Amino acid sequence: MRTLYFLIGPLLIQVAAHAQPDAARPISTSVTAASAVTVPKPMESDSTPMPKAFADLFYRDSTLRKGKQEKGALKINMDATYDRPFLTSTKAPVSIGGYLEANSQYMQTDGVTDGLSFQARRMTIFLASTINRRIKFLSEIEFEDGTKEINIEFAAMDIELTPLLNLRGGIIMNPIGSFNQNHDGPKWEFIDRPISSITIIPSTWSNVGFGLFGKKYTANWVWAYEAYLTNGFDDQIIANTQNRTFLPATKANRDRFDESFNGVPLVTLKTAFKRRKWGEIGLSWMGGVYNKFQVDGLVLDQRRRVDVWALDFNTTLPTGTFINSEFVWASIDVPPTYTQQFGRMQQGGWVDIVHPLVKKTMFGWKKAVVNAALRVERVDYNVGTFTETGDPLRDDLWAIVPGLSFRPSPTTVIRANYRYHWQTDLLGNPPARTAGFQFGFSTYF
Amino acid sequence: MKKITLLYLFLSAVVFGVVACEALLPAAPADDALLDGPIAELTPEQNALFLAGDVAFNDEIFTPATGLGPTFVASSCGSCHAGDGKGTPFTTLVRFGQHDDTGNQFMERGGPQLQNRAIPGHTAELLPAGAAFSKFTPPANTGLGMLGALSDAQILANADPTDKDGDGISGVPNWIDAPDYFKPQWFHKPHNGQYVGRFGKKAAAIDLLHQTVNAYKQDMGITSEFDSEDPINYSVSGQAGDGVDDPEVSTAKVNAVVFYLRTLKVPVQRTPTDPMVVAGKQLFISLDCGKCHTPDWKTPQSDIAVLSDQTFAPYTDLLLHDMGAGLDDGYTEGRAKTTEWKTPALWGLGLSQNSQGGRVFLLHDGRAHSVDEAIRLHGGEASRSVEKYAKLAEAERGKLLRFLDSL
Repeated sequence: MRTLYFLIGPLLIQVAAHAQPDAARPISTSVTAASAVTVPKPMESDSTPMPKAFADLFYRDSTLRKGKQEKGALKINMDATYDRPFLTSTKAPVSIGGYLEANSQYMQTDGVTDGLSFQARRMTIFLASTINRRIKFLSEIEFEDGTKEINIEFAAMDIELTPLLNLRGGIIMNPIGSFNQNHDGPKWEFIDRPISSITIIPSTWSNVGFGLFGKKYTANWVWAYEAYLTNGFDDQIIANTQNRTFLPATKANRDRFDESFNGVPLVTLKTAFKRRKWGEIGLSWMGGVYNKFQVDGLVLDQRRRVDVWALDFNTTLPTGTFINSEFVWASIDVPPTYTQQFGRMQQGGWVDIVHPLVKKTMFGWKKAVVNAALRVERVDYNVGTFTETGDPLRDDLWAIVPGLSFRPSPTTVIRANYRYHWQTDLLGNPPARTAGFQFGFSTYF
Repeated sequence: MKKITLLYLFLSAVVFGVVACEALLPAAPADDALLDGPIAELTPEQNALFLAGDVAFNDEIFTPATGLGPTFVASSCGSCHAGDGKGTPFTTLVRFGQHDDTGNQFMERGGPQLQNRAIPGHTAELLPAGAAFSKFTPPANTGLGMLGALSDAQILANADPTDKDGDGISGVPNWIDAPDYFKPQWFHKPHNGQYVGRFGKKAAAIDLLHQTVNAYKQDMGITSEFDSEDPINYSVSGQAGDGVDDPEVSTAKVNAVVFYLRTLKVPVQRTPTDPMVVAGKQLFISLDCGKCHTPDWKTPQSDIAVLSDQTFAPYTDLLLHDMGAGLDDGYTEGRAKTTEWKTPALWGLGLSQNSQGGRVFLLHDGRAHSVDEAIRLHGGEASRSVEKYAKLAEAERGKLLRFLDSL
């Protein structure tokens, strides 16, 4: 344990943040097991001494549910897996829940539109259970765009030895940035997911693997870490029909749940710190070899790495305004004689500002909230300069998305967005301008 | 209402106002500001074929799995012709291996085109020692169908190989050996079994199918029914193709791309009635620029109805002209001399920067960074015109440049 502290402790960064009232925060109905700070009375006898927080989970959790909300507990992005409303009700041995999101949109690019579309972006089903004392299972099965994509995004068993040392194995979501872990539609005021989070970080990015996680906390702060070895990327990230380095292209390789593309595990590390009144900051890194450098012992190429770093931050201002952000940098070892069309370095990020305009009983819903929201995002898929001219490589995008949302309850959001973005091609020619309106909803069930 | 709420509403309004200053939904650029788009009045069937070609040309990205390479220059057609405009040094080609009309002496060493990029695990080509070479910046695609619809007789009518009229300007066709798949149309006139080339910097491609098949193979390493051999790096012993079954692009797709190229609209001149533009055009003619950059053409009957009997102004004669020692790279194609270049069309010139990243790269290899520089780099048959241009008063040169910018 000292070794773990020694290795990961230096990554810990303390930043200012502020406690976040639930009016501005999209979801605040549940808490995580490990972050609990009060220990209710045991519901069953157990002579085995156990850590305070773990006991807190065990005693109040017949499956993974919490019988009541733990007021004052600090939650961070890492907790999102268990921070879902279906885990807070009923007494069945297996918890079932999920969420649905659908929308309509009318978009236009430089005067050309495909008209009005209706989209069933995703329906996700959660299944979870506490198998035994301190042994839990949770899964997330997602149907995207109807049934165009069906994915097991998460299916893992967690074994808690102490709050600071948990083992996790199965299909896990690599903890890179915040969105990949905390991506449920009902938690967001925007219909589109952040572009850098789905095109540089390939959210939702999950792989088969094993690892550790844990946290240390007091009433006012929590520090957490995660460390995993999983299967990783393949050479489609530079050999794809996007005509750019595109990490999500690997998701087309269904074999990655069966075997590693090259036998070298992808390493993902994250550490996060949250202080009440300040906020949460997370630092994460994910790196590995993406190409098939040898087959049957025969060398085909040198090992080529992909490394992704992410910084995420969220806080709530005294005004109740929730600020959430994520920034990502990716470095890819592209063969020097491959086209510069495929970026060697990428970067991007987004900032969401959500401010509660009205919070009161509306249409019979108590504490219903109307939020104003604004997202600003930027993605640069190819950082660098042309070898031939020294001019900057472009292939980038700016977007601004104002919106309004109505939350009859924290688990349901009805949202309207206006999106405008400017996309510049690799050469830096006049940008294509796309704008349009989106209206939709997302709800847990 | 709280002050903070008012503040957020105000900020939201400001942001909304910023993005809405053009319009809530971005309008289409003016027709004369774009090079791409189809000729008007295509039939619904033709529109569908145009769209299929558009997708194949601009959206289809080749990967190692779909046949890219193993050596290549670009991964899609659109990579070299953004918005159907001119290319940049990023996708400038290197042709090598031929220095006279006896043919390419480096075909066994990777000629006629250098594939300077390679898919992972393969080695890109290097220019063979001693090979003559030249760099070719990708041209714009617009209006190619009109040029392709002209008859050989129309092109040959402007040829003056011996300069009979004594104006110092000759103009000769490049006679090209036709590939096996070439199917002559009524307007093709063979001469000793060869045909007039009209596409490419040296007019080495007879028609747009010839040009397209070569581009698929030489630029992207994509085999077709028409040419089923991958380009490979001859300097690497034992190197094979990319391992993808041939052909790597279907005949239907090649034909759709050819139709797309044939039916792209012609560039629309901007501000043609501007007095400076009008005066500039008069100067253009009086300086004899129009003797090679021939403005006025009319198509004969075509198998595509909308290409028939069309009057258009590409500002090219599709013939080869001696451009002097300054533009002599020592490399050639077909029967052209190394100093000879096909007159490039000038239409769309004023929109070059919209496909060249805000700058301009003119002449065959992009060496000129302004129209003025390009003019001054002309030599050979254009020497007299350039001398006259240089003697123009600044204001007069401005008119001529304004005219060229309007094209």
